[in-house]
Amino acid sequence: MLALEQLNKSYPLARGSLHVIRDLDLRVAAGEFVSIMGSSGSGKSTLLNILGILDDYDSGTYTLDGTVMRDLSEHRAAQYRNRYIGFVFQSFNLLPFKSAVENVALPLFYRKVPRRERNARALDYLDRVGLRDWADHLPNELSGGQKQRVAVARSLITQPRIVLADEPTGALDTTTSDQLMALFADLNAEGATIIVVTHEPEVAARTQRVVRLVDGVIAADGPPEALALGTTELAAPAYVDGAASSAGP
Amino acid sequence: MLDVDRWREITDSLRTAKLRTFATALSVAWGIFMLVILLGAGRGIQNGVAHNFRDDATNSLWLYGGSTSRPFRGYGVGRAIQLDDGDYEAVRKSIERVEYATGRFYLRGEFTVRVGRRTSSFDVRAVHPGHQYLERTIITDGRFINDTDLDARRKVAVIGPEVVTQLFGRRDPLGRYLDIGGTTYRVVGVFTDDGWQSELSKIYIPITTAQTVYGGGNRIDQIMFTIADATGASSRQTEGQLRQLMSARKDFHPDDEKAIRIRNNVEEAQKITGLFDDIDLFVWIVGIGTILAGMVGVSNIMLISVRERTKEIGLRKALGATPRTIVSQIVVESLLITSGSGYLGMVSGLGLIEVIARYAPENDYFRDPSANLSVVVGATVILVVCGVLAGYFPARLAARIQPVEALRAD
Repeated sequence: MLALEQLNKSYPLARGSLHVIRDLDLRVAAGEFVSIMGSSGSGKSTLLNILGILDDYDSGTYTLDGTVMRDLSEHRAAQYRNRYIGFVFQSFNLLPFKSAVENVALPLFYRKVPRRERNARALDYLDRVGLRDWADHLPNELSGGQKQRVAVARSLITQPRIVLADEPTGALDTTTSDQLMALFADLNAEGATIIVVTHEPEVAARTQRVVRLVDGVIAADGPPEALALGTTELAAPAYVDGAASSAGP
Repeated sequence: MLDVDRWREITDSLRTAKLRTFATALSVAWGIFMLVILLGAGRGIQNGVAHNFRDDATNSLWLYGGSTSRPFRGYGVGRAIQLDDGDYEAVRKSIERVEYATGRFYLRGEFTVRVGRRTSSFDVRAVHPGHQYLERTIITDGRFINDTDLDARRKVAVIGPEVVTQLFGRRDPLGRYLDIGGTTYRVVGVFTDDGWQSELSKIYIPITTAQTVYGGGNRIDQIMFTIADATGASSRQTEGQLRQLMSARKDFHPDDEKAIRIRNNVEEAQKITGLFDDIDLFVWIVGIGTILAGMVGVSNIMLISVRERTKEIGLRKALGATPRTIVSQIVVESLLITSGSGYLGMVSGLGLIEVIARYAPENDYFRDPSANLSVVVGATVILVVCGVLAGYFPARLAARIQPVEALRAD
């Protein structure tokens, strides 16, 4: 599905530059549920932004679904983002003046899907995250967990090749985090490729594969059981099934 | 480019940012509104002033007697110079390019004018027939004073519309009689006048009749005449001739400025024209200032609005919006606000002017205000273009930053 080869990225500083990602190789196959872990400054968010074509890189290659993502015009980048990638952000990033259903439908607007069809599909996806009854509410009328589920629905509506989630549980409490991760697991079971960036071992433990980044280099890569996640008591996924249908906090 | 969806996206965003929309709209609408009012007021004042002078021939000179300020040929100073019939004839014959001339004899004191039991007091002017042209009197019924009236010293009067309503009510005054200070006059004409309101309550009688009835002998108090091809220079030349003529006739020093007084209406008219230019200049300066203020206002608001929306722009890009979609949305938004509110300001300004023109009482200093439509439309277009540019440049900038950076903004 996606492949990174010898990828490098550095940020210019006042003196010299900060080398954030060093000669990174990574392959993710279709249908994988991956978490990228690392402390702050490890380069995990930068990596995710590159994967999401939100940021460019200095050298190496990034191949997504057979296409090399390099030197894209703004226009092409926008098209690829819209077609291949669904985003879930830590701070939800819903447009405050649009209702839940309109927020979910927004990516289809940029795909020039007619309004009626857009909203019908958005309702389907809201139903899938258990928020059909909240379709006409504005984001500030929703709880944090509900907002994040709206964002998940939005990331899915274009049927992207991969869903990229940047600290999706960062603004949520433990219960809500569990429910969100259960939702991701469900979606993954249905075939979605999901990459989650997190610094929480509990969250990483709910995925199938954990990539640990240290100073821009992959320090470990394998199933969560094989890695010492530091919090052994939460390593085992206990409640994956059924959480998606429960109606929020 | 503008389908229903796009349109809805734009109106949604405008409705959401009510304050921003309102502030932009207000600065444009207010600018245009003030400009319209200003232009209208300037025009109104000009029209008012122009109107007042419309009833007087602008190519005329008026001559009054004065008193000498220099000794001359054995005469001392302070001798009063009294104009008379001879002077009137001399002016008509000797001054070059004279067209129409008239004398005026003042009836001293208040004259009660009476018709039956109705009495009132009006200003009575004893004049020559040429006065009609000097004052631009418009006869609406009957006739003006003529030469036969003068020769026969007829007791006839030509009266203004105010006199008609006050003394005759709805009756036709022609052929009826009115009593001026104990002497009965027959009404032979009714006139109207475009100028000052007070012109409408005048009574004209033959100058010779007045001289006889009110003990004037051959005295004349004021001589007025128009000259052909009047320019500032030619009128001053005529002024010189007049002074020379009178000094010869009345034995005063040719350089004695106070022996006679001359009012040169040609020069007065030029002063008025100069005043118009000044008003125009003033209106333009203030108007341009207003437009500049509007431009700055709109540009500022658009700049801030784009900055405020950096995060939204980043998100939209992450969801697949192309820079072009983003820029065009912001540009259309600002186009919509500025042109809509510009139109609103224009219409409300023109509306207010219309209301003022219709309902404000007629007065001597302000009338028929109106704004030059093409100037107003031009100013609106300038503001709209400014608003669009002020939206376009920052939007293009914002659409270019990497979404990840835009999303970080708060």
